[in-house]
Amino acid sequence: MVASETPFRNVHPKARRHTLLRRVLLTVAAAMIAGAAQAQDMTARWQEMCAACHGPAGRSEQADVPSIGAQPVLFTAIQLFLFREGRRTGTPLADAMTEVAKQLNDSDLRSFADFVATLPPPPPEDGPVDEAKFRRGMDVARARRCEVCHNPDYSGREQMARLAGQREDYLTKALADYKAGRRVGAQAAMLEAVAGLSDEQLGELAYMLSRWRKQ
Amino acid sequence: MSGRVHVGASIAGALILSVMSGVVCAQQGTTPAEEPWAVGRPKADAALKLAPVAAFPVPTAPDKLPKLKVPAGFKVEVWASGILDARSLRQGDKGTVFVSSLFVASKVYAITDKGGKREVKTIVDKLELANGIEFYKGALYVATPKQILRLDNIEASLDSPPKPVLVTDKLPGDAHHGWKYLRVGPDGKLYVPVGAPCNICNPDERYAAIFRMNLDGSGVETVAKGVRNTVGFDFHPVTKELWFTDNQRDWLSEDMPVDELNRITAPGKQHFGFPFCHSGLMTDPEFGWGHTCDEFVKPAALLGPHMAPLGMRFYTGKMFPQKYQGAIFITRHGPWNRTKKDADVAVAFLDKNGRVTSIEPFLTGFVANNTYIGRPVDVMTMPDGSILVSDDHAGAIYRVSYGR
Repeated sequence: MVASETPFRNVHPKARRHTLLRRVLLTVAAAMIAGAAQAQDMTARWQEMCAACHGPAGRSEQADVPSIGAQPVLFTAIQLFLFREGRRTGTPLADAMTEVAKQLNDSDLRSFADFVATLPPPPPEDGPVDEAKFRRGMDVARARRCEVCHNPDYSGREQMARLAGQREDYLTKALADYKAGRRVGAQAAMLEAVAGLSDEQLGELAYMLSRWRKQ
Repeated sequence: MSGRVHVGASIAGALILSVMSGVVCAQQGTTPAEEPWAVGRPKADAALKLAPVAAFPVPTAPDKLPKLKVPAGFKVEVWASGILDARSLRQGDKGTVFVSSLFVASKVYAITDKGGKREVKTIVDKLELANGIEFYKGALYVATPKQILRLDNIEASLDSPPKPVLVTDKLPGDAHHGWKYLRVGPDGKLYVPVGAPCNICNPDERYAAIFRMNLDGSGVETVAKGVRNTVGFDFHPVTKELWFTDNQRDWLSEDMPVDELNRITAPGKQHFGFPFCHSGLMTDPEFGWGHTCDEFVKPAALLGPHMAPLGMRFYTGKMFPQKYQGAIFITRHGPWNRTKKDADVAVAFLDKNGRVTSIEPFLTGFVANNTYIGRPVDVMTMPDGSILVSDDHAGAIYRVSYGR
């Protein structure tokens, strides 16, 4: 968790979750209204449906909510599709995202994916970097050839997510979900890519990617 | 449906569950660099750009579908569009065309022909990796990596599909190469492959093989060993021998190994080479030591490097010219693990002794500017002798006919 990054840092965790859920529900309500107005321009639709959780410029300040700025078009489209079809469920946040995605038709999948790709990439996590931990994360990434699919700068391409600058808590969760088989991508590649990695190694990988800078 | 299938057990899953299942991959290294999945990956810049190709999760609009080409005298048309992730094709006794899907859609569709207009219904939803389907005696069989399910009297209940009956849940369940292709053979048995749970490894005997079983899941027998991952097979119309396509390993080189068409002449007694010998031509750089390709059955034909041959059918229809009688239509989905992309439906001609004499491209036009605009998956003969071809990239089904 990167609690210092959230706007709820002085709030009791349970209350924080409630506030977050209320915000999500408001977004869902807004999404339902927005769904009726197809012709709105994408910036307005983004602000209405997505920005509250994913951040005005696509950099999330919310625990467990990913930054989605500059994600590849195909990646975003597939994730929106999976949410819409009810195939990424199981947590309150995922269920809330499902409700949002249900408002989208096929052409929306494309428009939102195109729009998200134009948002700026999230900057690396702030603060001092534990160089030893960062290097251990790099070792795991190199051994698993993460860069083969996700690009040497972890910017992602096609159906493969941008990883550089992603929230550490979200990366940790996503990697654990792939490892446990709770999440399947557009191909089965991620299942094998994280096979056999310990929780500690997944943590180091998430630490490094969330702080990745051009080497 | 019975909900999500267990897809967690890939290689790591298999290792974790090894106490339970007895799976031991030959290369369970302790350091990440030795993990089976990473073996043999090159470091060259061109290779670093290769990754599995995914389709957009929206089917291609009818007017944007690829303009496919066929030999003179044949005609190709779009039979159905808007079929997201269209994979395996089967036809019911009453004419319903069943279409499975794989990574993206997780659905099985039923398409009925209403006076030239196709009506599409989703009869199975959220069933992960349910690529394998077969229609037999009124029932639709659906296979996931772990289970085979049966939907009885399906064509009478397309609007409210019956609760699936469990045929078996004893398949290993790995996601990696765990999706199935299903056929009921001339012997009335269900033929089911289990792919190798890796790019290259030496898994135990529950993997890398084709099995057959009674329709109730009992009496499992091995039909062929040394099969890396087959996603298409058919029975010779005269000899009843089983022929199958097999996808060879990745990351060896741009042009090797070459994918295979194989013929089983002695069920249960033959080994087709994986992981020791590839394409009948070369021993594996890791697993081939101490072996020679002469130990294994040679392919009946070679289908191109990393070409990913999937569905195949012997042609027994009455519509196409005589020379196509008994020939095999083979879809080549096209490589991801190769910089040059290529995909088509090919036709393999056989002589009287069942030897492949030539292989020709038949349905082409799936690639533009080295990028897939469509990718053929399965092929099926219709009662009138035309053939249907599914395309999981564009989400469409094409019909090829001859004459008129």
